[in-house]
Amino acid sequence: MKAQAKSLLPILVALALLAAVPLVTTSNVVLNFLVFALLIALVGQGWNLLGGYGGQHSFGHAAFFGTGAYVTAILQVRYGVNAWPAFALGIFAGAAVGAVIGALAFRSGLRGSYFALVTLAFAEVLRIVASVAPITGAGVGTLVKLDLRWQALQFQSRVPFYLIILALVAVSLVLVRVVERTRFGAWLVAVRENEDAARALGVDTTLVKIGAMMLSAAITAAGGCFYAQYYLFIDAGIAYGPWISIEALLAPIVGGVGTVFGPLLGALVVKSLGEATKLLAGDAPGLDLVIYGSVLVLVVAFAPRGIAGLLADLRRWGRRAPAGALAEADHA
Amino acid sequence: MLSPAILIPAILNGLMSGAVYALVALGLTLIYGVLHIINFAHGALLTAAMFAAFFANRWLGLDPYVAAFLLTPLFFALGYALQRFVIGPAAHGEDRNILLVTLGLAVVIENALLYVFRADTRILDLPYGFDTIQVGPAFIALPRAIAFVAVIAVALALWLIMRFSDTGKAIRAVAREKLGAELAGIDVAHVYAMTFGLGTACLAVAACLLIPSYYVNPSAGNAFVLIAFTIVVLGGMGSVAGALIGGLFVGVVESLSGLWLGESLGQIGIFLIFILALLLRPSGLFGERA
Repeated sequence: MKAQAKSLLPILVALALLAAVPLVTTSNVVLNFLVFALLIALVGQGWNLLGGYGGQHSFGHAAFFGTGAYVTAILQVRYGVNAWPAFALGIFAGAAVGAVIGALAFRSGLRGSYFALVTLAFAEVLRIVASVAPITGAGVGTLVKLDLRWQALQFQSRVPFYLIILALVAVSLVLVRVVERTRFGAWLVAVRENEDAARALGVDTTLVKIGAMMLSAAITAAGGCFYAQYYLFIDAGIAYGPWISIEALLAPIVGGVGTVFGPLLGALVVKSLGEATKLLAGDAPGLDLVIYGSVLVLVVAFAPRGIAGLLADLRRWGRRAPAGALAEADHA
Repeated sequence: MLSPAILIPAILNGLMSGAVYALVALGLTLIYGVLHIINFAHGALLTAAMFAAFFANRWLGLDPYVAAFLLTPLFFALGYALQRFVIGPAAHGEDRNILLVTLGLAVVIENALLYVFRADTRILDLPYGFDTIQVGPAFIALPRAIAFVAVIAVALALWLIMRFSDTGKAIRAVAREKLGAELAGIDVAHVYAMTFGLGTACLAVAACLLIPSYYVNPSAGNAFVLIAFTIVVLGGMGSVAGALIGGLFVGVVESLSGLWLGESLGQIGIFLIFILALLLRPSGLFGERA
C-alpha cells in the first residue's frame, strides 16, 4: 500500500504544478497552448499503453480519436443528447472500435509492421466513409451548436476546459500507473518482450493485447471527445486524418515509450518546439512539421528511450561521478 | 450497366493505372523483401520525384520521358544515400526504429515540399497530354498507354538485374540469408543501400510516367502509398511478379468499383481488399514466407 502511494506521488506533484497555472496566468495564449499539449498527452498516453507497454505499434490511432469526436458531436447535434453523456458514450464507442479492430488484427496473428499497416488501413477506411456518409456531415463536417453553459459542457473561459483536460490526463496517468503494477500490466510487458515465451508460460496473449487495445482506444477516444467539445467543429480530415495518428505516437516516443510520464513530457516538449518554430518561421506552412519530423529521426537515432531514458541515464551518471569505482562495483 | 461497351474500357483503363501502381509497389516490395522493413517514406519520395519531373520540364524544358533518364540515376543516388547515411545508422537495426525513421523522413520531405512550393496543385500542359489511341472499343489516353508499356519494360529489366547481375545476386543472397552473405564477403550495408536506391529509382520512373497525365502537390504521392501497400501485401512482400500482377489487379478493382460506387467511395474497394488480405492471407498470393 505504501509503495503504491509512493508511486503516485510524482503524478500528484506534476498535476499540482499544472493545476496551479491558472492561478498565475489566465492568458488565452498560454491556456490554449497547454490545453492542446495536454490533449496530445492524453491521446499519446492511449498509444503508449498499447505501443509502449504492449509493443504493438499502431499507426492508426486516428480511428479511436475520430470515433470519440464524431460520436460526441453527432449525438448532440442529431439526437439531442446532452453533452456529458455524449462525452461518455464517445469514450465507449472508441473502446468498442478498439475491441473490433484488435480482435480482427490479433486473432489473425498480425504483428509488427503488419499490425501497423492494418491499423493505418482501418483509420483510412473510416476517414473515407466519414467524408461521404451523410450522418457525419460528409465533406462539410459537423458543427456543435454554441451553447455556453456548463450543462452543455461549454465554457466562456478557457480555465474550465483546461481543468477538464488536466483531469482527464490525471486519470490516464493514474490508470497507466495502476496497469503497470497489476498482473495485467506484467502480462502486457511480457507480450512486448517475448510473445512466444509469454504464451508458453500460459498467458493468453491475444486476450491481453485486445484488452490493452480497448483501454488504449478508450483513452485516445476521450481526447477526441474533448476535441469536439473544445473546438466545436470536426470533419473527416481532422477526426480520422493521419495527423493525429502521428501526434499520438510522436509524444510518447519523444518523451519515453513505456513510461508513465513519457507522453506528457513528450507532448509538452514537442508542442513547445512547435510553438518556437512557428515563432521563428512565421506563418510559413510546413516548416514546423519539418522540424517535427527531424526531431523524430534524431530522437530515434540518439535517444531511443526518449527524454525519460536520457534523464535516467543522466541521473545514473550523476550518481556515479563522485565515487565512480564504487558504483561500478555495485552494479557488477 | 454491365454492357461490354462500358466494362471493357473500364477494365483497360484500370490496367493502365494498375501498371503505375505496380511500379510504385515494385520499389516498396523490393525494399521490404531485402531489408524487411516497411518504408513509410515511399509516398513522400514519390511526391519529391513528381516535383522533380515537373520542374525538369518547367525549368529545363525536358520532356518527362527524357527526364526519366536523368532522374532515375539521381533518385537511385538519393535512395542509396538515405539508407546508407540516415536510415541505417539511425535505426540501430531495430524494426520499430526503422518504421519511425522512415515515418519521420516522410513528414520532413512532405512538409519541406509544402514549405517551398506551397499547397498549390500543379499540372503540366504537354502537347500530347490529351491524345488518345484506340484499343478495340476503348480509347486510352496516350500517356497512360506509354506508362503501361514502360512499366512492363522496367519490371522486366528489374527482374533481369535481380536474376543475372552480380548486384542482383548479392541482393538475393542478403535477402535470403544475411549472416551467410556477410560471411561470404558481401558488404551488407552496401547491398541494403543499393536495394533502397533501386526502390527509389522505381519511383523516379513512376513519377515521370505519371506527370503527363496527373497533377502534383505536396501530398500527391500519398494517394499511391496505401494502394502500393495493398499491392505489396496482396502480391506477397518481396515478390516482383506478385507486385506486377497485384498492381494490375488493384487497378482494375479501383476502376470497376469507381464505376459502381462513384469516385470517392471507389477507393474503399482497395482498402477492403487490403484489410481482407492482411487478415486472411498476410503472406500474400505469391509470398514465400508466412
